[in-house]
Amino acid sequence: MSGRGIAFINARLVDPASGYDGPGCVLARDGLIEAVERQPSFVERVTDARVIDCEGAALSPGLIDLRVRTGEPGTETRETLRSAADAAAAGGVTTIVLQPDTNPAVDEPALVDFLMRRGRDLKSVRVLAAGALTQGLKGQALAEIGLMAEAGAAYFTDADQVIADSRVLRRVMAYAGAFDALIAHRPADPFLTQGASATSGELASRMGLPSAPAIAERMGLERDLALAESTGVRFLVDQITTSEALDVLARARSRGVEVAATVSINHLCFNEVDIGDYRTFMRLNPPLRPERDRLAMVEAVRDGLIDAIVSAHTPVPAEGKRLPFAEAEPGSIGLETLLAGALTLHHEAGIDLLDVLRPLTVGPADLIGLEAGRVSVGAPADLVLFDVDAPIVVDADRLISRSKNTCFDGRRLQGRILMTVAGGQVVWRDGQA
Amino acid sequence: MTQPADVSDTIRARLFPFPRAHLLSAVDLERPDVDALLDLADAFLEFGRQSAKSLDLLRGRTLINLFFENSTRTQGSFEIAGKRLGADVINMAVGASSVAKGETLIDTASTLAAMRPDLLVVRHWGSGAAELLSRKVGCSVINAGDGQHEHPTQALLDLLTLRRAFGADVGSLSVAICGDIQHSRVARSNVALLQAMGCEVRLVAPPTLLPSEVDRWGGQVFTDMIQGISGVDVVMMLRLQRERMSGAYVPSTREYFRFWGLDADKLAHAAPGVKVMHPGPMNRGVEIDSGVADDPAVSLISDQVEAGVALRMAVLASLAERMEAGQ
Repeated sequence: MSGRGIAFINARLVDPASGYDGPGCVLARDGLIEAVERQPSFVERVTDARVIDCEGAALSPGLIDLRVRTGEPGTETRETLRSAADAAAAGGVTTIVLQPDTNPAVDEPALVDFLMRRGRDLKSVRVLAAGALTQGLKGQALAEIGLMAEAGAAYFTDADQVIADSRVLRRVMAYAGAFDALIAHRPADPFLTQGASATSGELASRMGLPSAPAIAERMGLERDLALAESTGVRFLVDQITTSEALDVLARARSRGVEVAATVSINHLCFNEVDIGDYRTFMRLNPPLRPERDRLAMVEAVRDGLIDAIVSAHTPVPAEGKRLPFAEAEPGSIGLETLLAGALTLHHEAGIDLLDVLRPLTVGPADLIGLEAGRVSVGAPADLVLFDVDAPIVVDADRLISRSKNTCFDGRRLQGRILMTVAGGQVVWRDGQA
Repeated sequence: MTQPADVSDTIRARLFPFPRAHLLSAVDLERPDVDALLDLADAFLEFGRQSAKSLDLLRGRTLINLFFENSTRTQGSFEIAGKRLGADVINMAVGASSVAKGETLIDTASTLAAMRPDLLVVRHWGSGAAELLSRKVGCSVINAGDGQHEHPTQALLDLLTLRRAFGADVGSLSVAICGDIQHSRVARSNVALLQAMGCEVRLVAPPTLLPSEVDRWGGQVFTDMIQGISGVDVVMMLRLQRERMSGAYVPSTREYFRFWGLDADKLAHAAPGVKVMHPGPMNRGVEIDSGVADDPAVSLISDQVEAGVALRMAVLASLAERMEAGQ
C-alpha cells in the first residue's frame, strides 16, 4: 500500500551525486524517491500524486549541514530544536547535525538518544546529533564514543573546544578507530588563540583588538594530521579558514592520509574588513580572515578540496552581542542563508552549480554515511526547490531563528527557496512565513 | 568680576561647529578642523590662566563622564573643562558592578540616553566601545579612551603642546613614540594625528610590544631605542602597565629600563632642543628617568596636563556650537 506522492515536473534537476544538471522530473512517495527521469515530465503518466510544476526552477537534494548549534538542552532562549528545524526548513536544509556544546554537553548516549528522539518528534527535517570527544568537552577524559555511536551519533567533536593535550587527542583518535567513528577537531594552537577576537594583522592592530596569528590554524592542523595519520582514524577538519592550512591539507592528502575538511559559509562570504566598524555580528570563531584567505577557500571549493560547507549556525541572543567587539560572544546564525550565501560562489566566482552543491549535499552525506543527499531512486525524499537567480535581501528581524545574529544582515543575495521537502513531506514553501 | 573682554572675544571669534556629531577617533579628523580646534584651545589656554575662569558657553547643557575604567586625570580634565564652560557635569563611575550584574553596554547607554545628556564622555576597556555607544545614544559621544584602540583628545592635547613649544610648523617635526605601542590607544591616536599633520613618526619598542604589521602604519619601526630616537625633535614615552613587565612581555623592569627606558644618555642622541612627552601617569625608573621627566629644559609633561583642560574645553565648546547650529 502506498500513499499519495508528489511529482515534480519541469525542473532543472541538479544532482551532484550523479553529476547531472538538466531537465528532470522526480516522484516522491512514502518518504522515498520513487522515480527520477532526465526529461521535463514522466514518460508514463503518474497517478495518485500531487503534481508540482517547477517551471524550470532548480531541484536538488536537500542540504545537509554538519555544524548546527542550538540552545537545547540548557539555553533554549538562544534556539530550540523546533526553531532550528523551522529555520533549516526555510533554508532548504533537510538534515542538521547538532553540536555537542550544550548544557549539559552531549557526552553520553542518553543525551544523543534524547536529541534524536526530540528531533524525530518534530516531524520536520532530519535532526542528528554529534557526540563529544571528551567528557564535558574538557579535553581530558574520553567520552563514551562507542555507546554514543550505537545510539546514532553522526560523528564526534568537541565543537569549538580545542584539545590542547596531544596525548588525549591521540587516545581519542586511536579509540575511535575501534568504532570506525568520524572524528572532527578544530585546527588551532590553543595558546596562540587564547583571548583573541580577530586575525593578527594591520587591521586588528589598528583597531586595537586582541588577535591571534593565522599560523595558529596551520600549527594546530599539522599536529592533528600527524596524529590522525599515525592512528589511521577517519578525520574531519572542523572549518579550515586559511590558505596556509589548505597547503598542509593538500600535502597530507598527497601522502594518502584520509582526511576531510569543512569550511563555513561565513569564511566563504566575508573577510576581516567586515569587522571594520566593530560590528559584533561579524565576531566569529575562528575569526574572519584577510581577503586572500577567503579567495583561497573559494578556490578550494571550486577545486573540490572541501568536503562539506557548513552554516556554523550559532545563535547568540542580543545580550551576547550588544557588547564591545572583543567581549561579544562569537558566532553567526546561518541555516536560512546557507544556500543563498553559497550561491554567491556560483554567481560571483563563476563556480559550476554542481560544484557548489556537492559539498552541501552528497559530500557531507558520504562523510556521515547517509543515503540522503542525492536524487536517486530509493534515497530519502529530501529535496529543495529554488530559484537560482531571484534576488533577496536578508533582513535579520524576519528570520525564523530565535536569535537574529546573522553576518548576512542587509546583504543582497540571489537564490530564493521555493519549497523544501523532507522525508517526502513539504516542510516549507515560499510565502509561508 | 568681569573678564578682560579680549580673551573671551577671541574665544567667541574662534568658535566653530565641530565637523562631526562625535569625537571617536583621530583618524576622522582633517587638518583644517584640527587647526581650528587648536586655535580655539589656545584661546582657552590663555583664558585658563586668568583668575576668573568660568564661561557660559555650555550653560544648560549636561555632560556625563562615563568611566568604566578608573582615570583620575582624564576624568578630572573633562570635569574641569565642562564646569569652566558652565555645563552641569555628572561623573558616573560604572566600575565592574553593573557589568557584573549582566548589564550590556547598550543597556547602560539606553539608561543614560533616557537622562537626556548633551555630551557623553566615555572611557571603556573594550576597543570600539565609544563607537558602539555613539550609535545607540542621541547625544554627542567623546571617546576618552576605548581599550587599545584610540584616545583622540590625548593626541590633540599632545599636538597642542607641541604647537605651543615649537610654533605652528609642527608638520616638520620628527617624533619618536616609544614603549608599549601594542597596548596603547595613545600611540594609535598620535600616529594618526601626527601623520595627518605631516610629521615624521617613528615607533620604538621591544618586538613583543609592537602590534603585528606595525610597519604598515607608515612610520619607521625600531627595536633599538638609540637608533630610534637619533635626531628626533620629540620623544613621546608611553606607560608600561605593571602586569606586562614581569615576564609576560618583557623579562623585568630593570632590563626594560636598560634598553627602552628614557634617560639623559639615550636622550643625548636626539636632536638639539629635543622635547620629551608622557601621557601620564609615569612609571619613574621604568620607562622614564626622573632626571629627564623633571628637567624643565626638555620636559613638556606638565604643559600636557594644562593643555588637556584647554583642548577638552575646545572640543566640548565646538560640539556644543554644532548643537546650537542645529546640526
